[in-house]
Amino acid sequence: MQSLALEGGFQNAPTDAAHAFRSIMTAMARPGEISRVDGATPPAPLSVATGVTLLTLCDPDTPVFLGKSVNAQEIIDWITFHTGAPLVEAKDAMFAVGSWQDLTLDDFPIGTAEYPDRSATLIVEVPTLDNTGAILAGPGIKDTSRLTVPDIDAFQTNRQNFPLGLDFIFTCGNRLACLPRSTRVS
Amino acid sequence: MTDYNFAYLDEQTKRMIRRAILKGLAIPGYQVPFASREMPMPYGWGTGGVQVSAAVLTPDDTFKVIDQGADDTTNAVSIRRFFQKTAGVKVTEATEEASVIQTRHRIPEQDLRDDQILVYQVPIPEPLRFLEPSEVETRKMHALEEYGLMHVKLYEDISQHGAIATAYAYPVKVEGRYVMDPSPIPKFDNPKLEMAGIQLFGAGREQRIYAIPPYTQVVSLDFDDYPFEASKADHACDLCGAEDSYLDELIVDDEGGRMFMCSDTDYCAGRRKQGHVGAQGVPYAEDAA
Amino acid sequence: MYVAVKGGERAIDNAHAWLAEERRGDSSVEELSVAQIREQLKLAVNRVMAEGSLYDPDLAALAIKQSRGDLIEAIFLIRAYRTTLPRFGGSNPIDTEDMVCDRRVSATFKDAPGGQVLGPTFDYTHRLLDFKLAADGELGKCPKAESSDAATPHIMSFLDREDLIQSEPTGPETPDDLTRTPLELPASRALRLQSLTRGDEGFILGMAYSTQRGYARNHAFVAELRIGTVAVEMDIPELGFAIDIGELTVTECETVNQFQGSKTQPPQFTRGYGLVFGMTERKAISMALVDRALRWKELGEDNVGAPAQDEEFVLYHSDNIQATGFLEHIKLPHYVDFQSELELIRKLRREAQSTLQEAAE
Repeated sequence: MQSLALEGGFQNAPTDAAHAFRSIMTAMARPGEISRVDGATPPAPLSVATGVTLLTLCDPDTPVFLGKSVNAQEIIDWITFHTGAPLVEAKDAMFAVGSWQDLTLDDFPIGTAEYPDRSATLIVEVPTLDNTGAILAGPGIKDTSRLTVPDIDAFQTNRQNFPLGLDFIFTCGNRLACLPRSTRVS
Repeated sequence: MTDYNFAYLDEQTKRMIRRAILKGLAIPGYQVPFASREMPMPYGWGTGGVQVSAAVLTPDDTFKVIDQGADDTTNAVSIRRFFQKTAGVKVTEATEEASVIQTRHRIPEQDLRDDQILVYQVPIPEPLRFLEPSEVETRKMHALEEYGLMHVKLYEDISQHGAIATAYAYPVKVEGRYVMDPSPIPKFDNPKLEMAGIQLFGAGREQRIYAIPPYTQVVSLDFDDYPFEASKADHACDLCGAEDSYLDELIVDDEGGRMFMCSDTDYCAGRRKQGHVGAQGVPYAEDAA
Repeated sequence: MYVAVKGGERAIDNAHAWLAEERRGDSSVEELSVAQIREQLKLAVNRVMAEGSLYDPDLAALAIKQSRGDLIEAIFLIRAYRTTLPRFGGSNPIDTEDMVCDRRVSATFKDAPGGQVLGPTFDYTHRLLDFKLAADGELGKCPKAESSDAATPHIMSFLDREDLIQSEPTGPETPDDLTRTPLELPASRALRLQSLTRGDEGFILGMAYSTQRGYARNHAFVAELRIGTVAVEMDIPELGFAIDIGELTVTECETVNQFQGSKTQPPQFTRGYGLVFGMTERKAISMALVDRALRWKELGEDNVGAPAQDEEFVLYHSDNIQATGFLEHIKLPHYVDFQSELELIRKLRREAQSTLQEAAE
């Protein structure tokens, strides 16, 4: 293992993770709202926000799927060392990391009628993230909000499965925004 | 308490709770199972709320705890002290100053802002539990969106009493999908469930977490001809004169004389500070409170 | 005029101070040491370890002292402490076949290799108060036998050789951990056993007793009850082999129960299993009976609607820490919800009375 894998973790895990979680939680509660996070420096091409999200939410109990664009030894070592998360196929994943092109939504678990929470959360690296583009509505949004999303149809299909479905965390540099399954995208 | 981690729980436990909270926010009103831990306080005394607060708090937070609306009830004091010790957070009794509020049985009178989080302690998270004791069965009902049993119960109330005989823990439907127990808040508080703040519900013993994101539609169940009514005692607060707040009833003498005062002690004190005086109140003095 | 009183903080502090004084009792009586509790109230220590799910006699003894002998309170202290402990890894399963037995009895065979060993049991004591203990604790001499290296094979292995006892399917490599994953139903047998072994002794005993009285009777014979020490081993990946990290005292009970059979399958006995930390045989036997009762579905039996057959009922109500917390929480303030009921009942009565009055007029 390269020494690089050992670096870039939280300096003070309990408080770094607490701050990061608050940002992620706020973003999940308010779809479209962009939060800033810091505290992790993962190997490229992973963004700071993806790194922070992984350190905050993943551990040996959360199987992770890596998309093609991030499936490099350096990244595998980093995730394994810092989180202990097992790397798995898409169908067994609780979390997935990759670019939009990397991730085939149909491959991931969307939960069951009795346990809709047994579904994957996709951490998607996006090239731009700002409050323009698609219109979002639903829980957490006062009237409507706007977010640059990589697709619209896919999220509309996802919404149709509600309460089953996938939840998304879009990351870009040190910023992130969320799109839970409950959001209506147009 | 330096032997314990920030906010008491170990990091792996907090991650597990945090993942459950995110799922709860993504599926409003759905009860997410989580592996509740044994806490150093009894099950039934707020362990669910405490675990959620522990997973949510940062060192920058200002924390408020209320039980029955009051900051000074013994269990509220005990929980507040726990986080003062284990998380080193600032604490407050002022609703306005708090960034995270843990509550048992009330929603503060003052509207919460969008940067505030309300954490509820929940004894029995399953709204259908007293109609169907089996978890296997109620889970099926939620899956199939089969809530007929609840409507039958409410309807039977009406035929027997002429009104819906549920006064607290009044069931609601969240975003048109899940029927949810809002915890044993009086139904007076139900309209406040649609708010700007994030609401998180923790049931420790029953191992469930659920959530209502801001501005989520929350409808109290009712019938067209028997609409939901948020009721309170038909009095004003005897200390501050408020007519819009939920009231506690006190027995004040051997003849059974009654007085009424705000259950939300911070709200009451705030009004008294502004100069409001109720029928049996005294002008606010700093040392009396 | 009314001035709202505050005093929650001070009330709590004072209550704690008083509690500490009561715990100590009359200070002219010598203070009890943790070592004395550990050595002389060993069965209480064992129960606290078993239901606290933490094998540490010193901490269990401390918890008993701190809780003034309230064992459920002591179990609670241990559980809360246990939650905070980091996990370094999992041990290999203990092998009770290699147990060094202090006690080993079989109710099904008069004798078997390893013999019947009565051990330090209350069984044949006459339950007469021993007033000598009130005066002093001088011991008579206990005769000692030579220790034996002879193996003590499980009684079940002899039935197994004849194919008379149902063989058990191997479970998953690592079963779910009840304390780390939320209980979901139906639960695997591994999870049920975890729940029973830490369940309240009184509850499990009552459930087991109910099966004996006919609520899902399963005709249990104690094939074997063994109590003794077993080694705990852990694989160390860096070393490539397992090393001994300590030893535990456990009680194991295997019951042989009514047989099953069908046109295609010759009859076989079935089994119930109990395994509990420490010398805790009442609990281990109870556990085996309840385990057996809960297995009705996998053994193709009828559900006769008995409480001990109801997995959800047993598993959700056996934990005394959950039960005591929720039971006792009803003494916390409920002004708000009670007030809402008061208003509602007053309103309903007013309406009912005016309806009656109208009818009378």
